Amino acid sequence: MNTEILGILVMFGLSIILAIPLGKYIAKVYAGERTLLDPIFNPLEKLFYRLSGINPKTAMNWKQHIVALLIINAVWFVLGMIVLMMQGSLPLNPDKNPNMSVDLAFNTVVSFVVNCNLQHYSGESGLSYLGQYWLMFLQFVSAGTGMAAAVVIFKAFREKTTISLGNFYEHLVKSCTRILLPISFIVAVVLVFEGTPMTFEGKDTMTTLQGDTVSVSRGPAAAFVAIKHVGTNGGGFFGVNSAHPFENPSYLTNMVEMIAQMVIPMAMVFAFGYFIKRGKLSWMIFGVMTLGFLLLVIPTIRTEMYGNPAITAMGVEPGLGAMEGKEVRFGAATSGFWSIATTVISTGSVNAMHDSMMPLSGMNELLAMMTNSFYGGVGVGILNFFLFLVLAVFISGLMVGRTPEFLGKKIEAKEMKIAIIITLLHPFLILAITALAVALPDYTVESINNPGFHGFSEMLYEYTSSAANNGSGFEGLKDNTPWWNISTGIVLILSRFLPIIGPVAIAGLLAEKKFIPEGGGTLQTDTSTFGVVVFTVIVVVAALAFFPALALGPLAEYFSKI
Amino acid sequence: MSNSITMFKKDLFYKSLKQAFVKLNPKSMFRNPVMFTVWIGTFIMLIVSIATLFGVKEQGSFAYNVAVFLTLFLTLLFANFAEAIAEARGKAQADSLRKTRQETPAKLQNGSVVSSAELQKGDVFICESGDIIPSDGEIIEGLATIDESAITGESAPVIREAGGDKSSVTGGTKVLSDKIVVQVTTQPGESFLDKMITLVEGASRQKTPNEIALTILLAGFTLVFIIVCITLKPFADYANVSITIASFISLFVCLIPTTIGGLLSAIGIAGMDRALRANVITKSGKAVETAGDIDVLLLDKTGTITIGNRKATHFYPANAIDEKTLIRAAVLSSMADETPEGKSILELAGINPLSYEVKNPVFIKFTAETRSSGIDYENTRIRKGATDAIKGLVLTAGNQFPLEVENRVKEISQNGGTPLVVSENEKALGVIELQDIVKPGIQERFERLRKMGIKTVMVTGDNPLTAKFIAEKAGVDDFIAEAKPEDKMNYIKREQSEGRLVAMMGDGTNDAPALAQADVGVAMNSGTQAAKEAGNMVDLDNDPTKLIEVVEIGKQLLMTRGTLTTFSIANDVAKYFAIIPALFITAIPALQGLNVMKLHSPESAILAAVIFNAIIIPLLIPLALKGVAYKPIGASALLRRNLLIYGLGGVLVPFVGIKLIDMVLSIFF
Repeated sequence: MNTEILGILVMFGLSIILAIPLGKYIAKVYAGERTLLDPIFNPLEKLFYRLSGINPKTAMNWKQHIVALLIINAVWFVLGMIVLMMQGSLPLNPDKNPNMSVDLAFNTVVSFVVNCNLQHYSGESGLSYLGQYWLMFLQFVSAGTGMAAAVVIFKAFREKTTISLGNFYEHLVKSCTRILLPISFIVAVVLVFEGTPMTFEGKDTMTTLQGDTVSVSRGPAAAFVAIKHVGTNGGGFFGVNSAHPFENPSYLTNMVEMIAQMVIPMAMVFAFGYFIKRGKLSWMIFGVMTLGFLLLVIPTIRTEMYGNPAITAMGVEPGLGAMEGKEVRFGAATSGFWSIATTVISTGSVNAMHDSMMPLSGMNELLAMMTNSFYGGVGVGILNFFLFLVLAVFISGLMVGRTPEFLGKKIEAKEMKIAIIITLLHPFLILAITALAVALPDYTVESINNPGFHGFSEMLYEYTSSAANNGSGFEGLKDNTPWWNISTGIVLILSRFLPIIGPVAIAGLLAEKKFIPEGGGTLQTDTSTFGVVVFTVIVVVAALAFFPALALGPLAEYFSKI
Repeated sequence: MSNSITMFKKDLFYKSLKQAFVKLNPKSMFRNPVMFTVWIGTFIMLIVSIATLFGVKEQGSFAYNVAVFLTLFLTLLFANFAEAIAEARGKAQADSLRKTRQETPAKLQNGSVVSSAELQKGDVFICESGDIIPSDGEIIEGLATIDESAITGESAPVIREAGGDKSSVTGGTKVLSDKIVVQVTTQPGESFLDKMITLVEGASRQKTPNEIALTILLAGFTLVFIIVCITLKPFADYANVSITIASFISLFVCLIPTTIGGLLSAIGIAGMDRALRANVITKSGKAVETAGDIDVLLLDKTGTITIGNRKATHFYPANAIDEKTLIRAAVLSSMADETPEGKSILELAGINPLSYEVKNPVFIKFTAETRSSGIDYENTRIRKGATDAIKGLVLTAGNQFPLEVENRVKEISQNGGTPLVVSENEKALGVIELQDIVKPGIQERFERLRKMGIKTVMVTGDNPLTAKFIAEKAGVDDFIAEAKPEDKMNYIKREQSEGRLVAMMGDGTNDAPALAQADVGVAMNSGTQAAKEAGNMVDLDNDPTKLIEVVEIGKQLLMTRGTLTTFSIANDVAKYFAIIPALFITAIPALQGLNVMKLHSPESAILAAVIFNAIIIPLLIPLALKGVAYKPIGASALLRRNLLIYGLGGVLVPFVGIKLIDMVLSIFF
């Protein structure tokens, strides 16, 4: 078999194989059951709780969860603004990098708080090590925030009827200490051994073979790169992200980073099943997500391996595939796989330039973020998917002749209202703000690298990436301008917190309702038939709304070139 | 079949057609957000059409704009027509029921005669044999046999009498014998039937909770496409593509769920109408919807599961007793027994009790304390009753209770029968076996219910042993034996506390609290006013098996909504592939690649999509009115089936339909 494909299969297979036991472990962590790591983390967490004066046993209802989540995120944001805007005069700045401008700091902090990591700066010249460290802290806690929100849903369906859904802070702390930290540690160790720097020293100088002297940026990158993937953040230590030889030195690190970003989103699906004791439901969800993923990734890999017909026409042998913007150590197929994995999941780290990929690959990356529910980011992936479950339950519940119910809870007007508003938010933000950008060329036209359809794709991609909290870029766009910093910043905030509040509210409302035991006439939600409904709802609601926009962007580009 | 015939009855058709225009009033359109946006689109197209007539060039030809306008206008009319025809059919059905209670004279107590229309609640009138009862009411004095065939279609006369649970009479029925004094229980125009008619007519019709939730979903879909269409304008400008207003509005109208949006209220009304066709008056649309969700059905044994009452089937004399002696005692003790059981003993014996010479008989009535009845004459005391009661009598008198009688009693009980022991002068003579006859075909109905996921519970006054036997024989899932009214209530409350929805049927005043407590309470029309007020449906046929039909009507209603929503949304795929290339092809010829249907021209493609969108509504009206057939094949199989027909069908049908329409249109555009 083709080794490129084999490498991908191993990567994907290992992710799934690791995700299942990890899911079981995660379920145990949130259920407060004993795990192997208790002796290390029990005392550590006790210390955190004592320092912060939090009682992790105080049960919260869904509203209290949301309030706690929003407040602590606001605190992180304010501290982040202070650090980035004053980093020039703060310690740990060996390269003497300057303070950030207000709009860039706003964009940067927001995007790290919301787990997006849209980077309108380059780490080498834009951040001090203290700044990098604060962002690294945000990479942990923003991932933890998403997971803590997902736990509310877990708890809502574990009990028959309940209003108390655990303690937000406990979920947050446990997510960081017991799940993100150990996995990040392992990944970081592999990276260090493969050559990723982990140092507080500033730039190094080296002499090239040509005899030139160049200065090379370094820093505490291994730790940063690990959580960037484990927490599906995606913000690189260096400007070009995981295409940089220090961030992603070898095929092995590429594999480890790939697995690191896929494993928790997958594991959360299994954790849900273990937690509420409905393993089959997990497999239905996982099946739908995987189907969506495969339908995007397979054509992308094929397209990239096939090569660029325009270049082939010039007489270049297309054997390596479309290699523009790609790293030779990874190759076309693996880069294609990564590009979909990182957009399906909200990581947004890149190991190749998405801007240079073939039009249809670009469309698939866009679609991955537009649907935003195949695996998805840590925690939030399952929250997004939950909305589609609610919509699918509503339609198919009626089709079996009962008013709709999900896991024993009736879905009524109030839940429907929330689900619809949040589902609409995504296309609304993407389409409306892109339309605004297109309609105001004074602010945007100079940022665009390519004219025509591709330029439109660049803008569409930027907002899609923001709204999906993804953070990858069609890097053709010169995006460090007040317009892009502020407009994407606003999209980031709205598209992070509303899609967390919505599903948590629905789960909270459902948890308070009376539990209806399953009967012979009840819609089974753990069957493949129901999976088909969910998949169709995602395609129709999430993908079809973008059809006209895609037709004017990547599709027009594609058809113009053949 | 009858449905489709009545649908196209001429007068109904014209009436509905007229209503379809009347309903174009924006005020009434506003109730339906999906169709209201179409209304706005149509209005805009009217202006654009006029503008092109006066020489505006950039919006395309006048013919094309007018064609779009007319198609949208038709879409509105079709949707309104669907609602109107559903209302008209419901009203026609209710009217035909009301005709049975036309103006009839009412004799008041003071001797004056007034028209039935003038009767007020609380008035008291008198009916004698041959009279038509002028209004619904309650007998306050007397007893009569009544022919209710006008309402129920059942030809056997029924007995109604003052006091108790059989005191209610229905207007339009005929008194066959005797004389009754009746008090009017409803204000004119406020009978259940009147309420139902206003419910169908729309003014007072409220959306049911599920309808509201579905409307939210549909409004959401509409909103998405508002966003899609509005943002398309700057996108298109950026790509230097000019799109006409007609194309924008066509794209929008095709994408929003007009099919289900146009049929939604018709589906709801048709549900109530189907209930009415089954002779069930529903007091709200919500009740029909809830019926589809029922998890537990409480059914009275008598009349529902078994035919009428128990019948005597055997005489078993004690060892030393001649069978004739037992039969004679049994017959004598049942002479004055008016209960159906007593009568069945005489029937089984086949002997006229008057053929026995009995002097100065004194009949002993059944009481709850003695639990026996009988006859005393000369020095003979004959008793017949429950085993314990008679055994008590026998033992107190110092006599033996024969072992074989004891065994026989046990055997009968185990077989689901009811043993009655007969004694003469405190000596046991033998046992009469009474048996319940399970209605033929009832097992299949319960099997069907089980497949629907509904638990059936039999309610009976029998002892647990007998109840168990009949429950097994009939195939019900559970039973309440020796049931008192509060047992029913407790059972309902317990099931409800576990989250299940319960339906029951009842007629007596002591059923009223349980009828009110149940999620679906069907009162029999023959029942007391209290029972009818407490329930949320009234069954005109007094047929206890009606509950099963009601549940199916509810399920059908929900399914019709679900499947047509699926169909409507699935249609979008094909419509997209028709319209999107048509919008862009002129400016970006490369996008011809998206024109998978190879439609003739942008104009013909867009028109074809809009026309398909319009005509699918009237094509689906019969389905909306009749409802999607419910098959008890389990939820998953049902989902698969409906998904295949309405989901996959919904994707494929418009591809074919739009292509065909385009082929016709290609002649003109």
